[in-house]
Amino acid sequence: MSARFIVGDRVRVRQAYPPGHVRTPYYVRGKEGVVSRMIAEHPNPEERAYGRDGLPPVPVYRVLFRQNDLWQDYQGPEGDTTELDIQEHWLGPLEEDGE
Amino acid sequence: MSETHSHDDDWPYPHPQQPDIEDGPLTDLMIMTDAVAELLIDKEVFSADDMRRTLEAIDSKSPAEGARMVAHAWLDPDFKARMLEDVNAAAEEMSIDAGTIPILAVENTKDIHNVIVCTLCSCYPKYLLGLPPDWYKSRAYRSRLVREPRAVLKEFGTEIPDDVEVRVHDSTAELRYMILPMRPKGTEDMDEEALAGLVTRDCMIGVTVIDRD
Repeated sequence: MSARFIVGDRVRVRQAYPPGHVRTPYYVRGKEGVVSRMIAEHPNPEERAYGRDGLPPVPVYRVLFRQNDLWQDYQGPEGDTTELDIQEHWLGPLEEDGE
Repeated sequence: MSETHSHDDDWPYPHPQQPDIEDGPLTDLMIMTDAVAELLIDKEVFSADDMRRTLEAIDSKSPAEGARMVAHAWLDPDFKARMLEDVNAAAEEMSIDAGTIPILAVENTKDIHNVIVCTLCSCYPKYLLGLPPDWYKSRAYRSRLVREPRAVLKEFGTEIPDDVEVRVHDSTAELRYMILPMRPKGTEDMDEEALAGLVTRDCMIGVTVIDRD
């Protein structure tokens, strides 16, 4: 499987609330960020949590978010950020999204 | 828990009795954990001694392992580069077992201060830092660190200047994180062992920086 995004791509996290074992925290759903690092492909924990093999493995990316984009009333300086790992199927390109 | 007792005549004042472990509520998950462990042992997937040995090994991990790596990285730029690329492989060079879960080291610089959290549960680089402190697992730390990191850092006595970016790393998926702190000034004459002695658990979590007076 080839990775859909590369470092530097602007992405938006899916704004979806499916049930189950999901590792994408609520606070980044629907938010925009930048791919900062590629992480190896990993079996999908959303499948593995229910005894399935999670294959094929899913590319995982580190995505960097500006705190001001995550929290409307963020009190700290402009430059503060949060970075976390997100699976590819939770990400879309920024322009695809009309939210 | 209202029962009180006094020890002897030397100290006549009674104090409340400390609750035993079993006095807390037994949760469904605790019952399930015990049941699964018993089943695995009954079915000879592993023995009770295997389990005990594994728990003992986990409990024996300490921040000293991470501290040794940090000190080594300060003294050897090539090693530091390899550590930033692949902590687990770099640990192996030093005969340190970093476990099978990939760990990413993030480097503090004069421009960026990094700090780690796991908002979803309590993911932590146990192999290099030992078991996490209770506060790391608390809902307050997990929810507030991403929301108001500077306020949380301040409660740990850490004030990061406004022109330094605070970057929170949320361990949500396949990686664990550790901070590679900045080497403090005035340590040029120290050897690796002495440097390792400066590196604490909390500065590898990122809630503090190494400060030398």
